[in-house]
Amino acid sequence: MPATLLDKIWDAHVIASLPGEVSLLHVDRHLMHELTGVEALRKVAGRQLPVRDPGLTFATLDHVTSTRPLARDGDEPWSTRMIQAMRTESKIHRISLFDVDDGRKGIVHVIGPELGLTLPGLTVVCGDSHTCTHGAFGALAWGIGSSEVAHVLATQTIRQRKPKNMRVNFHGAVTEGVTAKDMILHLIGKLGTAAGTGFAIEYAGPAIRALDMEARMTLCNLSIELGARQGMIAPDEVTFRYIEGREFAPQGAMLDRAIEAWRSLASDDTASFDHEVDIDSATIRPTVTWGTSPEHVAAIDAIVPDPDRDCDPGARAAWHRALAYMRLEPGQPINAIPIDRVFIGSCTNSRLSDLREAASVLQGRHIAAGRVGWVVPGSLQVKRDAEREGLDKVFTQAGFEWREPGCSMCVGANGDMVAPGQRCVSTSNRNFVGRQGPGALTHLASPAIAAASAVAGHLAAPNMLPERRP
Amino acid sequence: MIPFTVCEGPAAPLLQANIDTDMIIRIERISKLRRGELGPWAFEMWRYAGSGEPNPDFVLNREPFKQAPILIAGANFGCGSSREMAVWALEEIGVRCIIAPGFGDIFFSNCLQNGLLPVILEETQVQRLAAQAEGGRQLRVDLEAMRVSCDGLPDVSFSLAEGARQALLEGLDEIGQTLKYDVQINAFQARDRLARPWVYGATESSVTS
Repeated sequence: MPATLLDKIWDAHVIASLPGEVSLLHVDRHLMHELTGVEALRKVAGRQLPVRDPGLTFATLDHVTSTRPLARDGDEPWSTRMIQAMRTESKIHRISLFDVDDGRKGIVHVIGPELGLTLPGLTVVCGDSHTCTHGAFGALAWGIGSSEVAHVLATQTIRQRKPKNMRVNFHGAVTEGVTAKDMILHLIGKLGTAAGTGFAIEYAGPAIRALDMEARMTLCNLSIELGARQGMIAPDEVTFRYIEGREFAPQGAMLDRAIEAWRSLASDDTASFDHEVDIDSATIRPTVTWGTSPEHVAAIDAIVPDPDRDCDPGARAAWHRALAYMRLEPGQPINAIPIDRVFIGSCTNSRLSDLREAASVLQGRHIAAGRVGWVVPGSLQVKRDAEREGLDKVFTQAGFEWREPGCSMCVGANGDMVAPGQRCVSTSNRNFVGRQGPGALTHLASPAIAAASAVAGHLAAPNMLPERRP
Repeated sequence: MIPFTVCEGPAAPLLQANIDTDMIIRIERISKLRRGELGPWAFEMWRYAGSGEPNPDFVLNREPFKQAPILIAGANFGCGSSREMAVWALEEIGVRCIIAPGFGDIFFSNCLQNGLLPVILEETQVQRLAAQAEGGRQLRVDLEAMRVSCDGLPDVSFSLAEGARQALLEGLDEIGQTLKYDVQINAFQARDRLARPWVYGATESSVTS
């Protein structure tokens, strides 16, 4: 029977069929971070259970770590204690922890792919909703809660009901200046944040094939903002080239054998999906959010929408609330909204290509007076690679702070927050009320738009900036 | 896990759509507090006024909803972050059942993991129940019969995957249940090591080993 990418990976991982349409699935990669990891490890130990397969769990430090230059721990005693506890617990349970000393620390969804831990056809879980990022490799990857983390540690399995199949076809090609971030924000704006509930989404079509791996990760990262636990892209030559030579990836003959198997993962031509969506990629414009949900999007050259005219009656009250929180009026040009700060980072957009994209805008330019800009690389590896190219100099000369890797201002777990009432252009994934700090106003955007906005002092795309200084 | 059979009492209507888990429990509370300390901070951005005093307009600060075991919510409740602490925070303020037109997938799983019952009903039914609950009528949610009852309204039936329903009814511990499959897990891994050796080979770094 014709099968989808989801069907194939799912079927290859079923250990047992349990009552009530639940499958017991094998977990190939369990990724951990300190925010939920410490408690989960203690919970398992408290039940006198061993970690079943410590070799299949990999941990790092990202949520509460300080991003101050040269920092190794937290900014406060409580966060440093949590980090120390993660170091101790992972040693006790013989789990690999990627830390500062070994140079491999970073955001869990950046280091998994970077180290070659994320591979096509794998099941990948992590106590973090943005685990869908790893689906970019044609892996089935999703975020789980603390109880499920403990279950995975104790059994190397997870109990799941199979999600339904959805395919989103990005037809044609995007126009110049449109990034993966714009593509996914556009899609969320079109479908809404609950459209993917109960589904695993496969992204397909020529505009997806044209993306490099880091752009695919950005796109899959926001699947959870569509409501889908998993978002995935069938692996291809781009995927295989990315994987080759990475630290934990198979090598030589083993890699050849793996690639041969991975080639058969793509959805069969005649496979059917429970739901299909078609997007004309040429219609996508550089996009930002104006409101308090990732579905509140507008093109950078559009105006703030009018809840009384531009949305379903059912969403009207929510749009009014969002505009009031964001201190915006219908009809305001988006690119005239003044901003206070810019955050370039997070598991969405903190990889080398993201930093290159931002730096290319900032080269020979400077942040507008009174604005604050931060760059938080996704990992120590990204930071080193960027420094080798001199990107750190471009950022610091433009007036940005160049910081240590971590989740930072995307979620504020470590204390990196946007002050109340401040407006931040952020390359992260959530513009929820208070997400970046109580009373913080967030506009989600691509690294290019974030960089251009820093220079302009208001929301802007690179092509809206005046010419560079000679 | 405490078994769930019947839940009866006031039901607090909180019908706004897309209430995310960041709204249910803030990141600062997750990172600094432990389970058992989260209740006071559930919905803190709504529950307290700027001064830290309880906001009298917020439903959970009004009688009879202060200790309501049932929450009636809007569409896509619990979307966003996977933080299970959102469920723990609700549990700590006494919530045992949430009725909504839909839930975030991860939040839904997290409820089941903690003996909280998420009930999905049509939007119009949710609104009808909320109107009754707002007027002070109590709700009765019966998992055995899969039925929501409220005086003045016909009973409404709901569905839940049978496996999840049994686990809730019996208060089953998933880890304990899965450990019984140890033989099957071992057999799977033995087979899989041959079919996909690269999955397991990666457990040692190929550079440092």
